[in-house]
Amino acid sequence: MSPPRNAAVSGRRPYMRSMNGWWRRDPFFVRYMIREATALIVAAYALVLLAGTLCLSQGEAAWNSWLAAMRSPLSVALHVLMLVAMIYHAYSWFEIMPKTMPAMFVGGKRVAAVTITMVGLAAAVAAALALFVVAWMLRP
Amino acid sequence: MAEAEKTIEIEVLRYRPEQDATPVLQSYRVPFTDDMSVLQALQYIKDHLDGTLSFRWSCRMAICGSCGMMIDGKPKLSCKTFLREYHLARLRVEALAHFPIERDLVAGVDDFIVKLESIKPYLIPKEPRRLEQGEYLQTPHQLEQYEQFSSCINCMLCYAACPQYGLDSKFTGPGVLALLHRYNADSRDGGREQRMELVNAEEGVWSCTAVGYCSEVCPKAVDPANAVNQNKVNSARDYFLRFLRPRGTSK
Repeated sequence: MSPPRNAAVSGRRPYMRSMNGWWRRDPFFVRYMIREATALIVAAYALVLLAGTLCLSQGEAAWNSWLAAMRSPLSVALHVLMLVAMIYHAYSWFEIMPKTMPAMFVGGKRVAAVTITMVGLAAAVAAALALFVVAWMLRP
Repeated sequence: MAEAEKTIEIEVLRYRPEQDATPVLQSYRVPFTDDMSVLQALQYIKDHLDGTLSFRWSCRMAICGSCGMMIDGKPKLSCKTFLREYHLARLRVEALAHFPIERDLVAGVDDFIVKLESIKPYLIPKEPRRLEQGEYLQTPHQLEQYEQFSSCINCMLCYAACPQYGLDSKFTGPGVLALLHRYNADSRDGGREQRMELVNAEEGVWSCTAVGYCSEVCPKAVDPANAVNQNKVNSARDYFLRFLRPRGTSK
């Protein structure tokens, strides 16, 4: 900010506070940073799946080695961690969703933010369950 | 036997530009009653303990928007925050975050005022009407499109809650963008084209990363995060539609 026009006369000397460590100042900011950070894990898992698809295109041996890598204890532990991160990300994503949409009206009444969040979460759970059912039916 | 007088310790981040190089904490002990607001405690300090303490206030009833400050690190109206929520603990007050401190609890708001003026915060009539044509009519549904955003009292708590504004004050910010939306969403208004330039700018809605804390701290349930984020959709639509419009019809 430029100094006040008559600083010398008025004695104005505005003091700007530092933003260092801003995200640790409030639990709300910490939750925001976790939401943003877990997005990277979602992206990382997309890369894991992409690697699997590439292995599949390289033939049976490559595919089997990718499958074996996925079954290693380290991979299983990472999957559990990534699942927790993704569940949190999905929750925080649907939590902010009502803020990103224009007001919705059903039967002349405004739909509450919490309803939008719940419908979003329910859709995510339904999609995940549908995927599990399909995977279960297609199992060898 | 008279009950011993209850007191509470209030720490104030003080800054007197003529004597303090940087802000310093000063502690005061204030009598405590169940119905006392933080603003009343500050008034007690100024009247009885230290007349040099500076802070802004006016209405004492959460409508003038003057007494916003950080209370234990959270942006709040001091007239609407009660000592009883903090009793037994210490309470720290500080000027609104992300703004320069002018003196003690007084934040410099020049930047906010300039931005507020820039969005043309008034109705620009879609069709001028003569007096004999009567008033501009609006349905309850049309009113509902902007009513919550018109509750803004310019208290700037949302700016103190917005890390993006704190990190880069070029960002137009939540409150002003919510007011911009209040006029754009009004069926009587025809100024949308003039305001979209500010929405589309990098300092407009695109500097927002949907932290959402602005809506959390708003004392009037304006939900500025909603106004800002639904305008990202409007801005994107504006961007793509201009390829379809004949040349020369939009800026």
